[in-house]
Amino acid sequence: MTLTNLESVPGRSIVEHYGLVQGSTIRAKHVGRDLMAGLKNIVGGELKGYTELMREARQQATDRMVEQAGELGANAIINIRYTTTSVSQGAAEMLAYGTAVRWE
Amino acid sequence: MEPQPGELPQGLEILIFSIPFLVLLLAYITGKVIEKRHYANIHDREENWVNIPAITGKHLPDLPAVASAEMVVGSVVISVDHFKRFLSGFRKIFGGEMKSYSSVIDRGRREAILRMKESSPEADLFLNCRLETSSVSKGKGKAVGCAEVLAYATAVRFERPAE
Repeated sequence: MTLTNLESVPGRSIVEHYGLVQGSTIRAKHVGRDLMAGLKNIVGGELKGYTELMREARQQATDRMVEQAGELGANAIINIRYTTTSVSQGAAEMLAYGTAVRWE
Repeated sequence: MEPQPGELPQGLEILIFSIPFLVLLLAYITGKVIEKRHYANIHDREENWVNIPAITGKHLPDLPAVASAEMVVGSVVISVDHFKRFLSGFRKIFGGEMKSYSSVIDRGRREAILRMKESSPEADLFLNCRLETSSVSKGKGKAVGCAEVLAYATAVRFERPAE
């Protein structure tokens, strides 16, 4: 599966469009991480626990999107966008969406 | 004077009252050190990548033939230290730019772009770079105040002349 956030697959021609595919996940962090982040928050800097959390969330959202595209018979997803929303305190939604296509 | 029952000895009282100030001082010093180190680190890495730009455009006029294209992402969650948060309280009274916060977000963005680039060391160009910022938790009350920065782009590798 070719993933790109361009409007076409560079160097290939697209023969079929399957429409929008999306994948999303809502994840919460566990208490231990929250506590550590709270402490780290006093001194500032990167919160590695949260970076990890967001990475996992994005990976899962992307996987779900890819799965959906695979079911449609696509071999590429173009014009991918990511958005994040904080649903409630301590939980974040990660959404990935794009257009499923097939190239020759 | 003997402390009355239910009253704290004077030394301890002073200590307890000074804790918030000690925390502020600690936050100020460590926050400064972390920021300085982080900026030094960012400058070093940006120099390595200066010849491989990330651009927001989708096409370039005379792009060589593309051998491969893949999506790359980089992200970072960065938090504001206690001292800066304390300062921002004053800033909210008078209004104006919150300089202490801008530097944190600036570090986050540049770090995210660098991580994105580092995840694809073979790339020649990063097309259609997008930045997304969100607050993971809103920072109300006891919640942790921090922002996530996400950078993503399509890493393109050009066809090499036959070797």
